[in-house]
Amino acid sequence: MNPANYLYLAALLFTIGAAGVLIRRNAIVVFMCVELMLNACNLAFVTFSRLHGNLDGQVIAFFTMVVAAAEVVVGLAIIVSIYRTRHSASVDDANLMKL
Amino acid sequence: METLIGLLVAAPLLGAGVLLTGGRRFDRTGHLLGTLFALLSFVFGMVLFVNMLGKNADDRALHSHLFTWVPVEGFQAQVGFQLDQLSMTFVLLITGVGTLIHIYSIGYMEHDERRRRFFGYLNLFLAAMLLLVLADNYLLLYAGWEGVGLASYLLIGFWQHKPSAATAAKKAFLVNRVGDMGLSIGIMLMFTTFGSFAFSNVLPRAAQAAGTQHATITGIGFMLLLAACGKSAQVPLQSWLGDAMEGPTPVSALIHAATMVTAGVYLIVRSGAIFNAAPDAQTAVVTVGAVTLLFGAIVGCAKDDIKKALAGSTMSQIGYMIMAAGLGPIGYVFAIMHLVTHGFFKAGLFLGAGSVMHGMNDEVDMRRYGGLRKFMPITFVTFGLGYLAIIGFPGLSGFFSKDKIIEAAYAKGGTEGWILGSAALLGAAITAFYMTRVMLMTFFGEKRWVPDAEGHEPHPHESPKSMTVPMIILAFGSVFAGGLFSINSSFVKWLEPVTGHSEGNSPVSTGTVTAATMVCLVIGVGIAWLMYGRRSVPAVAPRGSLVTRAARRDLLQDDFNHVVLVRGGEHLTRSLVYLDHSLVDGVVNGSAASVGGLSGRLRRLQNGYVRSYAVSMLGGTAVVVAATLLMRAV
Repeated sequence: MNPANYLYLAALLFTIGAAGVLIRRNAIVVFMCVELMLNACNLAFVTFSRLHGNLDGQVIAFFTMVVAAAEVVVGLAIIVSIYRTRHSASVDDANLMKL
Repeated sequence: METLIGLLVAAPLLGAGVLLTGGRRFDRTGHLLGTLFALLSFVFGMVLFVNMLGKNADDRALHSHLFTWVPVEGFQAQVGFQLDQLSMTFVLLITGVGTLIHIYSIGYMEHDERRRRFFGYLNLFLAAMLLLVLADNYLLLYAGWEGVGLASYLLIGFWQHKPSAATAAKKAFLVNRVGDMGLSIGIMLMFTTFGSFAFSNVLPRAAQAAGTQHATITGIGFMLLLAACGKSAQVPLQSWLGDAMEGPTPVSALIHAATMVTAGVYLIVRSGAIFNAAPDAQTAVVTVGAVTLLFGAIVGCAKDDIKKALAGSTMSQIGYMIMAAGLGPIGYVFAIMHLVTHGFFKAGLFLGAGSVMHGMNDEVDMRRYGGLRKFMPITFVTFGLGYLAIIGFPGLSGFFSKDKIIEAAYAKGGTEGWILGSAALLGAAITAFYMTRVMLMTFFGEKRWVPDAEGHEPHPHESPKSMTVPMIILAFGSVFAGGLFSINSSFVKWLEPVTGHSEGNSPVSTGTVTAATMVCLVIGVGIAWLMYGRRSVPAVAPRGSLVTRAARRDLLQDDFNHVVLVRGGEHLTRSLVYLDHSLVDGVVNGSAASVGGLSGRLRRLQNGYVRSYAVSMLGGTAVVVAATLLMRAV
């Protein structure tokens, strides 16, 4: 199978994720979209690893997973605590930093 | 002996320090202490004088170097004294008349609760004036010059509860500042030209450099003349002297008649070498002198305030001295001689006026005097002798000194000599007129007394001894000083080693000048007698001619200053303020407003929505990626 197809898929997934981040207001959904973008990147890395015949891309993909796991823990904790104080998970409500 | 010179200045300075910082504990003894310090200074002066007389004429100058004031490479300001015959003359005049006026003030200021302070200021004045005449360089002279200005300001405004006195003090200070600027610029010019302030350095080199640096020396001369005009109340900086009469009368006698106002004459005579090398500056000096001697005399004719009439007279007499000083070596000695005799008779006249005011509930309007000779015999006689001296009655002081000046003016030669001599003669006639007028209105005629504002009828009486004794001593000076100086030309011989002297070739003989002066005197006195002696004096001033009305307003000098300087200054400052508001503030406020507006617009980007930040991040990333790809492609 042509490896370029994997890259097309990765690009498609990344675009969906980015669009979701920009459009959706629910913090959980935004968060999921971010994860989608990360995984699209992972797919691209693995594909490039295969294309070039070395393991660099795979190693980075593993790094990304580890960091993403840590990030999920922190991010979900923040979202939960915001929800507890504001009774809302909308990202537009958390705008205290605005002037 | 050299130490004594320092003590001469230190004594009154110490007195001023003690009286001004000592507080109330000196309230009872302050006036005696002040007088004591002045007397001490006079005694030191006499000792030095006797010592000086014992020496050779060419070897009389004493120098005393105290310390280096500013020890900087290339700028050495020294504090040192120089006592030569010229300084000695001033020292004796200042301390002598000063002591007499201290004594007079004991009586005059008896009921003033701030008497201690008054004596402190008087001592301060003596110290500053002595510093001025004893300094051996121009910078130290400048310190004394400013010191007398300060003392004059403090004493004119001594009764500061009167707004008129406070204003007069400010006016004197401001006008003097104009002259002081001239002196400081002159000193700076000297330093850049000769690299030194010392008389012993500047003066000989000015004489040598006459040919090569003519323009600079003329400039220095003009600056010194400006300084002299300010301090000596000469046209065009004369307007402060009349108002300065707001001060207590002893102050008018000491500072504004006998000593401080003659500092300008001292400056010009001391800087004689500079003026000899700058004929243009000399011409300016004689012009100023001649104009002022007529100006002051005309003002003196119209004033009804006895002190202001005398102030006009002071201006006019100093005009004589300045004119003589501008004549060069033929006039220097006579300028100083007239200065000394004037110091005696004018101080005496002012003290007499003070005595009259003392007896008349501080009334100054001569139209409300009249017939006082029977009530104040001592004042009448001393004032009368001063009067005879100032108009130049034969045999009295003024006769000798003024005659010499008129003669020297003719000796200047050419048209200039004729103009100056005639101006001086005319001045002598006007002097005779206004002084006779003062005399007749005050001491003769019928009583025109009126009660003062609180309804007290005046009870004129002779003043206490502390006031009459100084008047009597000064009257002796007025009578004999001129004759004493003229015997065997002793004064000329005394000053010649310092100032230099040359006999001019007068186109008119001495006898003719004397005769002409006598004719002028008789005409002046005669007209005054016809107007004020034979006819009774109206209690309210008649409207008078155009000239009289102008002279009552000091020949419109204040109006001139107001229109030209005050209005001009106001317009200038107003346009500067407008420029400041519109241009300077416009630039500053405009830039602030544009920065503020710009940042207000930039602020809108920070809307707090995570989505929009994410868009900008995405956009930024897209731009970076696109740029990278583009660079690769190229």
